[in-house]
Amino acid sequence: MATTDPFAGERLKESPFHPRQAPMNLRDAWSSWNGFKFADYYYDTVYEYFCIRNFCGTYDICPMQKYLVTGADALAMLDRMVTRDLGKLKTDRVTYCCWCTDEGRMIDDGTIFRLDEDRFMLTCGSPCIAWLRKSMIGFDDVAVRDVTEETAGLSLQGPTACTVLKTLGLDGIETLKPFGIQRFPFHGDTLMVSRTGFTGGLGYELWIPAPLALTLWDALYEAGGDYGIHPYGEAATNMARLEAGFIMPYMEFSEALKTVNYQHDQSPFELGLDWLVDFRKPHFNGRAALLAERERGPRYRLTKLDIEGNKVAEDAILYNNRRCSRQVGYITSAMWSPAAKANIALAMIETRYLEGDIWAEIYYPKELRPIRKMARCTVRDKPFWSGPGARQTPPPAT
Amino acid sequence: MKRYDAIVIGAGHNGLTNAAYLARAGLDVLVVEKNDYIGGAAVTREMHEGWYYSSCSYVCSMMRQAIHRDLDLSRHGLLLVPYLGTVAFGDNGETLIDYPDEEASYLELKRHSPHDADAMSRFQADLGRYAQLIRKTLLRTPPDPASFRPRDIGELLWLAREFWKLGEQELYEYIRFFTMSAADFLEDYFENDLVKAAMASPGIIGTALGVESPGSAYILLHHVMGDVDGNVGAWGLARGGMGAISHAIASALREAGGELRTEAGVERILVKDGATVGVVLENGDELYSDIVVSNLDAKRTFTRLLAPQDLPPRILERARNFKIRGSSGKVNIALSGMPRFTGLPDNPYINRGGQGFVGSLETMERAYDAWKRGTWSEDPFIESVIPSAWDPTVAPAGKHWMSNFIQYCPPELADGPWTPEKRDAFGQTVVNKIERYAPGFKDLIVHMEVRTPHEIENEIGLTQGNIFQGELTIDQLLFNRPFPGYGQYRMPLKNFWMCGSSTHPGGGVSSACGANAAREILRDLKKPNIVPDDDCYDE
Ligand SMILES: Cc1cc2nc3c(=O)[nH]c(=O)nc-3n(C[C@H](O)[C@H](O)[C@H](O)COP(=O)(O)OP(=O)(O)OC[C@H]3O[C@@H](n4cnc5c(N)ncnc54)[C@H](O)[C@@H]3O)c2cc1C
Repeated sequence: MATTDPFAGERLKESPFHPRQAPMNLRDAWSSWNGFKFADYYYDTVYEYFCIRNFCGTYDICPMQKYLVTGADALAMLDRMVTRDLGKLKTDRVTYCCWCTDEGRMIDDGTIFRLDEDRFMLTCGSPCIAWLRKSMIGFDDVAVRDVTEETAGLSLQGPTACTVLKTLGLDGIETLKPFGIQRFPFHGDTLMVSRTGFTGGLGYELWIPAPLALTLWDALYEAGGDYGIHPYGEAATNMARLEAGFIMPYMEFSEALKTVNYQHDQSPFELGLDWLVDFRKPHFNGRAALLAERERGPRYRLTKLDIEGNKVAEDAILYNNRRCSRQVGYITSAMWSPAAKANIALAMIETRYLEGDIWAEIYYPKELRPIRKMARCTVRDKPFWSGPGARQTPPPAT
Repeated sequence: MKRYDAIVIGAGHNGLTNAAYLARAGLDVLVVEKNDYIGGAAVTREMHEGWYYSSCSYVCSMMRQAIHRDLDLSRHGLLLVPYLGTVAFGDNGETLIDYPDEEASYLELKRHSPHDADAMSRFQADLGRYAQLIRKTLLRTPPDPASFRPRDIGELLWLAREFWKLGEQELYEYIRFFTMSAADFLEDYFENDLVKAAMASPGIIGTALGVESPGSAYILLHHVMGDVDGNVGAWGLARGGMGAISHAIASALREAGGELRTEAGVERILVKDGATVGVVLENGDELYSDIVVSNLDAKRTFTRLLAPQDLPPRILERARNFKIRGSSGKVNIALSGMPRFTGLPDNPYINRGGQGFVGSLETMERAYDAWKRGTWSEDPFIESVIPSAWDPTVAPAGKHWMSNFIQYCPPELADGPWTPEKRDAFGQTVVNKIERYAPGFKDLIVHMEVRTPHEIENEIGLTQGNIFQGELTIDQLLFNRPFPGYGQYRMPLKNFWMCGSSTHPGGGVSSACGANAAREILRDLKKPNIVPDDDCYDE
């Protein structure tokens, strides 16, 4: 007899990889992403972080939004939506990009895969079908389809990733260049592999029709057994991406369409994404506003900080001196970096104070007593960590 | 004839650290190393094709974060990886698992003794308090208690203040602690023998003391005061083996313009009018420099590289009597697969990390008795790690290597000198013991490197194979290290310095000795200090 679950409406959806991931989540550490049950970590955040840096790990990107954009006008439509020049994007290549409101404030960032002349896949953190529809206005031959649930995505990141894929039988994977795409026959279907990721090291993303998800998982874990493969969750991802200097929604930026307070959203310039904005394109959404912003200079700059000492500057406010005379910015993400052995952070700092001294006011608990500490910050222009040979093709063998 | 600003003798990790800082300060520095490889006891060597052993030191937790960060060793290729799951094995095969999860560890202790499970928190708190204080001294030059220089008085006051912060009762406890045996110290906390043995084992590693000998409590502390990313007491592995640490420091040294010469053993230090002026290499080459820094242990430096007539007799006497008894062996084993230990679940988080074949306090003390008689025990204490389970670069895929550190192994045998046969018999003892806990282990063995104190001394020049470059007892610690009155890296000859583990804060891969010595040298040269302390690191 079928009983109906009275809580069905509140339960989270499960990713196609869930049946394998759930038993490995020894700590029952679940959070959620776009309505999916999603691992915060499985066993130990630091262990999983080191799988990314030292061996390889898998990260479930099924909850990430995926849209198939097709038609003769698909390129023109996407090119008008994003700030980057997509004309240069060849078939079987991927590009990172962002899109903005008319005011030049960032709606979201994501990646665009050119699957064919007229076929693109857009991936992003939050649903954006409404904005895509708006962006389609004026283009006749373009269709958008949400393929989030029919496509399973699994990120495989770490120095042994290429070797694992070779062991899986993906011949020639070592010739795949960063941001390239290759396809392999897989159980009567196609496994698409892109050399992309969010960790700053060697890594790939695997794309497969959802019904084959578990087959892929089993084959991958079989191949990766001698190469330290292990699933990792949100917590380890957050560590790796911060070391690599990548931004995260709701940490570094609030999506412009969801922000209540005036200019509590961000522009690409404020986020240090200048390289994503191509003014040689005659038109794209937010161009005029961004041009004006470039002229006057952005008010804030997202800045990488190396903070003295070992106390993590989470939520700290930044000042121009030890006495806190003037607030100059705030921390967006902070952590102790095990790879760089440094106390690192991303911070929004008012451009005009960037040249001066920067001090973080840090609070940390010591056996119940809150301790306040002023720590000197040094601005860094390179990522805190980058994987040795992460961009090499073929990648260094491990 | 070229004249260097400084010559550093020995490319151990401390010598390299010292040279890197001198080079960064603008000095023209040369490091001369006798071997054709660098790193001293922090070394990785491919001893069998595809297998890379950390031949001597094997785990890392004392490395000063401030130095790692300041020399940018990560950029120079260093990645320190923590490992999980340490298991202590008792005499009769009982197991005590140290889980990464605190609750799980508590329940595991409770299985052995509810009393000890509770007592563990107090033990950790007390040890943590002692360790905190010692840690603060690591990147500081010890004060000279007999000096009236403002700096020494200032440092003495600082030290006194730190001690006073402990409170009156703890102050007594602390002083008592320095002279206690590990066994007596643990008696205050635990009742279960396996728990005691597991906790006591760091107290005998590398020392010529037993668990029952006064002073072994401090050795215990020395081994648990380090941390991995703030996780106090945890140990990590260097990706690529311990040699990766030395190579990263050497890379920082080269980047700063320093020069490094291998296969350049020093025969003698040149002394003129009471000052060192350079070195003579084993091949007869003479090299000159304004200052000479020795990375070698105190005994070797003063009794082998310097002529007795160049030294004050008192120093010569101190050097000859410097306590540097060797007591440890190392057996590195290449394996065709992962050993399976009896009594452990098939849990990959805990069955391939570290293994402590501790037995019991009694077994450890019996092993010490054997050492005193100039032989080794058939049932020695072994501390093992399987680095290949945590590092894909040190063994072929699917294959492994196991690092086994053995306490005790005598530098000289009662029945005559070490021979290859006796060395192999020692190795066999170790294999036999592991086989008892992991049946089938012997069948996995692909290659073995057996190192007694004899090999350790001959290969990397640690006198008697003493892993710390000198015993870590109170008479040879802090301002007494290496000799009372010479705790500040400057030695009793003009322009002559020491920077190895024979100096404060002693043995272990920490870079602290080398960095502290560099700070003192720069101060003496009236150069601005560029060597960091870790004052901005908070507990
Ligand atoms: C078996 C073993 C296991 C250990 N395990 C650990 C561990 O797991 N973790 C840890 O932190 N510590 C461990 N230690 C201790 C640690 O390795 C040492 O304290 C540390 O590496 C010493 O570094 P150093 O630079 O002071 O001296 P050394 O490493 O001793 O360096 C001295 C250098 O001088 C060179 N030399 C010698 N004579 C001459 C000469 N005449 N001319 C030129 N060069 C010369 C040597 O070849 C060597 O390179 C272990 C040591 C040993 C031996």
